Amino acid sequence: MRRETILNTLLYLAMPVAAGLAFVMGETFLITLITRAAIFALAAVGLNLALGLGGLVSLGHAAFFGIGGYAMGILAHHAQTYTPIMDTWFVLEGTKSMPVIWLVAIASSALAALAIGALSLRTSGVYFIMITLAFGQMFYYFAISWPAYGGEDGLSIYVRNDFPGLNTLDPMQFFALVFAILSGVLWWMGRLARAPFGLALSAARQNAERVETVGLGPFRLRLVAFVISGAVTGLAGALFADLNRFVSPTMFSWQMSGEFIVFIVLGGVGRLFGPVAGAMLFVLLEHLLSPVSDFWLIYVGTILLLVVLFARGGLIGSLAGREVAHD
Amino acid sequence: MSLLELESVQASYGPSQALFGVDLDVAEGELVALMGRNGMGKSSTIKVISRLLKHKSGTVKLDGHDIAALPPHKAARAGLGLVPEGRRCFANLTVRENLIAAARAGHWDMARVTALFPRLEERQTQLAASLSGGEQQMLAIGRALMTNPRLLMLDEATEGLAPVVRQEIWAAVRTLKTETGLGLLVVDKSLAELRRIADRAVILERGKSVWRGDMAALDRDIADKFLGV
Repeated sequence: MRRETILNTLLYLAMPVAAGLAFVMGETFLITLITRAAIFALAAVGLNLALGLGGLVSLGHAAFFGIGGYAMGILAHHAQTYTPIMDTWFVLEGTKSMPVIWLVAIASSALAALAIGALSLRTSGVYFIMITLAFGQMFYYFAISWPAYGGEDGLSIYVRNDFPGLNTLDPMQFFALVFAILSGVLWWMGRLARAPFGLALSAARQNAERVETVGLGPFRLRLVAFVISGAVTGLAGALFADLNRFVSPTMFSWQMSGEFIVFIVLGGVGRLFGPVAGAMLFVLLEHLLSPVSDFWLIYVGTILLLVVLFARGGLIGSLAGREVAHD
Repeated sequence: MSLLELESVQASYGPSQALFGVDLDVAEGELVALMGRNGMGKSSTIKVISRLLKHKSGTVKLDGHDIAALPPHKAARAGLGLVPEGRRCFANLTVRENLIAAARAGHWDMARVTALFPRLEERQTQLAASLSGGEQQMLAIGRALMTNPRLLMLDEATEGLAPVVRQEIWAAVRTLKTETGLGLLVVDKSLAELRRIADRAVILERGKSVWRGDMAALDRDIADKFLGV
């Protein structure tokens, strides 16, 4: 068995094992912490499709994370206040149903990604980074100046949303739900990377002109990747909002986009489990270092610097070898 | 009707004009050699045909349809296959992945490509970057065939290869010519091989087609005058 496969298996099992141990010890806070890591991992797995496979360094993925979060916030807010979202032409009610909220989060973030991608993918390099950053900030300032949904203060949801057959207020059950989604998305991303679409996307990252000569349009490939990537990050946003039972404009902030990139770089760009490793490491460092110092991010920054300088393949690359393989 | 037809094609790289009037045509099942000394516009002509370089005047027709407005990937989908100069495989993909990434439905599939180049079968799981020059060239041809083109263009396909490997590539080109209806446009420096294999030749001199005719009619004087051999 390849070293990376073994490492991926260990990383995959680490979350449920740690959550199980925390459950046995009665440490519900730790279960919530692991759930947070799993949601961050999901968001970064989404971004990794665009960044790792497609080479698209997006500094605007927080826009999709925030859209997912606000999709949950708005639907749940109207459900808990018994007010319709809209009653002009027809009555549109809110909902507390997680599957419905997820669908709305996925659809709205995919739609936003389609619009943002269609414009920003006409640029490349630093211009692409800047235009995605600009879009992210547009959503951020829009959320701040939207008093109907809390403006700068955000929106609190008093009770976690429902999932059929589960008590989502139970941290372990909510973790299981998040972990199941993360597993499904990881499986799908693994398949996608080996499918003709993923291979062509990876080829377009290496050389767009060569890809064109075999009849593949790099723009369309990248746009599809960007939309899928945005949709997955949007789903993560909805779960994150449900975890905290709170949404605020900070979900749209460029620092959030930066954190997603940090997860990927720490874990390994383009590696299937790179974002998982990076998110786990980041949340662990946050948990261990933030009580020690208010400036704990300096230590994370130092680690990131060391990874970029001496371990270009990230955590996975350092332990499993630098070569990215698709089998 | 010709499969590919170029008429009075002129093209530039910014302010620098590279093609001053290229005329050529390739019929189905025909192998045409595009010849000329270095810097005479052979690769630029290939780029114009594959739409990687836009021409500023003249016409480029595939199957009688003007393809001037097509972007490169749509030209490739219309049936133009390119084996670019310098091999240029997708280095970080395996041999199999290189072929899968380019695959489109049609006569050419993985089995037929690996039957043409058995070495690719052996190297399926190897990264393209780790292949020898000859194997990379076989992969580049295989990848172009996987797009199921109607016209295959080979730009300096044997350049820099060992003589034994060159023979393998020429053998494959011969197979393509005799056993498929593909139109072939070949740029190569080996006049001896082209004489053996090509039906017709077009010679470029300073970005202009200066001689067109049957390969048999390409005598020593013409070769001396335009090819410097």
